[in-house]
Amino acid sequence: MNQSFYVSTSPHIADRESVSKIMFLVCASLLPAGIGAVYFFGARALWIIIISIATAVGTEAVMQKLMKKPVTISDGSALLTGILLSYNVSSQVPLWMPAIGSFFAIAVGKQVFGGLGFNPMNPALLGRAFLLASWPTHMTIFSEAPPRGGTASGIDVITSATPLNVFKQSQEVLAHASEYPVEKVTQAHQAIGQLYDAIDKLFWGQVGGCIGETSVFLLVIGAAFLLYKRYIGLEIPLSYLGSVALLSWAFGGSEGLFSGNVIFHIVSGGLILGAFFMATDMVTSPLTAKGQILFGMGCGIITVLIRKIGGYPEGVSYSILLMNLLVPALDRWAKPKLFGGSRKG
Amino acid sequence: MGSFSGGVHPPERKGFTEKKAVERLPIPPEVVIPVQQHLGAPSKPIVEKGAVVRAGDPVSEANGFVSVPAHASVSGTVVAVENRPHPLGPDALSVVIQSDGQDRWNENIRFQEDYLSLPVSAMLERIRNAGLAGMGGAAFPTHVKLAPPANKTIDTFILNGVECEPYLTSDHRLMLEEPEKILLGMQIIMRILGVKQGAIGIENNKPDAIQILRKKAAELKLPYKVLSLIVKYPQGAEKQLIKAITRREVPSGGLPMDVGCVVQNVSTAAAVYSAVAFCRPLVERIVTVTGKGVRQPKNVLARIGTAYSFIFEQCGGLNEEAGKIIMGGPMMGLAQHSLGAPVIKGTSGLLVMDKKESRRQAEANCISCGRCIHVCPMGLMPKMLGAFVQTARFSDAEAYHVLDCIECGSCAFVCPAHINLVHLIKYGKSEVIKSRKKAS
Repeated sequence: MNQSFYVSTSPHIADRESVSKIMFLVCASLLPAGIGAVYFFGARALWIIIISIATAVGTEAVMQKLMKKPVTISDGSALLTGILLSYNVSSQVPLWMPAIGSFFAIAVGKQVFGGLGFNPMNPALLGRAFLLASWPTHMTIFSEAPPRGGTASGIDVITSATPLNVFKQSQEVLAHASEYPVEKVTQAHQAIGQLYDAIDKLFWGQVGGCIGETSVFLLVIGAAFLLYKRYIGLEIPLSYLGSVALLSWAFGGSEGLFSGNVIFHIVSGGLILGAFFMATDMVTSPLTAKGQILFGMGCGIITVLIRKIGGYPEGVSYSILLMNLLVPALDRWAKPKLFGGSRKG
Repeated sequence: MGSFSGGVHPPERKGFTEKKAVERLPIPPEVVIPVQQHLGAPSKPIVEKGAVVRAGDPVSEANGFVSVPAHASVSGTVVAVENRPHPLGPDALSVVIQSDGQDRWNENIRFQEDYLSLPVSAMLERIRNAGLAGMGGAAFPTHVKLAPPANKTIDTFILNGVECEPYLTSDHRLMLEEPEKILLGMQIIMRILGVKQGAIGIENNKPDAIQILRKKAAELKLPYKVLSLIVKYPQGAEKQLIKAITRREVPSGGLPMDVGCVVQNVSTAAAVYSAVAFCRPLVERIVTVTGKGVRQPKNVLARIGTAYSFIFEQCGGLNEEAGKIIMGGPMMGLAQHSLGAPVIKGTSGLLVMDKKESRRQAEANCISCGRCIHVCPMGLMPKMLGAFVQTARFSDAEAYHVLDCIECGSCAFVCPAHINLVHLIKYGKSEVIKSRKKAS
């Protein structure tokens, strides 16, 4: 029995999870929304997704080679960033834009900080923010190709066609009704009424918007899978959606306080995609339930602030990026309760 | 029944041996008795080469209060007092006895009718003289645990029959085969502690053990509660068991006696009975020999000091796939480097994993998934502790309560990046303790 044996510290067994399994399954959970996007927006959406993924994975490989690090593109994290970046642009952007966005996301958003696990902000959202800041007009063209089944608003007087855009412009008109001609005000009233009546279209995804954000139904299927696998918890999505619901009910209506249409605000824009797939990014969200709830609430508050008084109709991506920066502080503050310790640990 | 927060559900893998009755092993040709088999000061050898000993004779004496003697486990001749392979690390001083094959025993080992009327001090004396140390793994001297300082009021004794480590079935078999010994040992312990409340905690994956202990306790008219606990690792860790049964939390840095509790393992209780009622020292124990790498997994009754190689021979030998030998269970057990190392008082099992199971997966970067924090039964942040140790920030690790870690391994078990968190934390603890010693 002259054998040699492995020795190592305990534990000597592990469960079956791995980083790459998590990444690939998160990618898989985004598949329904991707298929929906191709159905609603046509082959162009598919091209954008492919270009975005190819650039993200390619950038990761080249950067790692240049930095003489092991190439880890097989872990699926660059693939995920590529998918998320493409889901956050309109199907009408020029095809070079997802390439630049993905390059920026991986090179500046991730590799510069040391690669997977070390990035302070969600790389895909950082890529999107870069594109939005650099080419704002390209990034906000949604109207030229309405999705299959028509847009939710159906109003062509107003040039931009995302529901939140229509909503914001109409709100603007109503807020200063005396300064606008009567028919403009009537139109704005009608537009908001139509939006509220078209919530089913928002739910299924027959609206203008970014590639992967429009179908609440398909996103929720993926999110349910992630919840079932416990790759995400309910803390962030619920606190995020809950605070958006509360604040938009209180301040988001056109007839004063507590007149907002909560469901409209929840299902429109990128909120579902953001709350379930991007705010929950493990690397850039807090570690404990307590921290995650605060993080989600912060995201919700900033989202509503931007939607209500900011310059953009939509505030999901900036709200998450801003809250990403608070994560180290939240982690320091929201520690778990120490066994046998005083309440504050 | 309550439980504790955190914890994991590793595959139980008890099926290898749970149905196998304990098999008494033949006397080995040689036993190696290390002078240190317990936590505390090593004992001092009191025999020299050439001495003739009987089974049960002491071969070393306690060296200080937190120390226990060791005993010859076979009759024969001392052939060496020298460094030999030791399960806990480098070679260590051991008394090597060549068996004469006669198995002659020290004749003072016999039933003592008056055992229950002995004063507490005499009972403790017998426990100490029998060399008892906790048999659940940590091997803390039993007489020390049973003699808390006068300023601590103990109101609850908990007997630990949880056996939450995967694979291990030695406590389970003992509960099925010798429930009276366990209960009578518990009776002695409760007299020593002077407590009225006694509970036995067993995970509900051992319904037969729960049933038999309840039945025997009723027959012996011992009013002990036998509690069925949910299956969750590390339910058998002392602090988690106390929490589950009494809802009390041992304070950070404290001991069970700080919340009025004493916990002993079922095997230790049976050994207490043997020690007090028979003056019989701890010279044999049940060892679960298990895993894919061993041909005939079994529960065996082995003499202390029996080499692993002898035990495996009696279990059909190791197969070609044997890759790693672990003393204890897979969550907290120690990987062994030598088949020449002996069974000691804390050896609950010898697990032989196959080569495939033995390999560690390559580490990836931490993705801050928080799973380690979610499962930590002590409410720690293993991710942060690991990062602090990797960057030699030991004072930060201390501030994040690294010393509260019980090394249960739940964090590393769930880590999707396969980061060796227990390894890092153990190192961090040793550095923090070192710097504390330096400071004082």
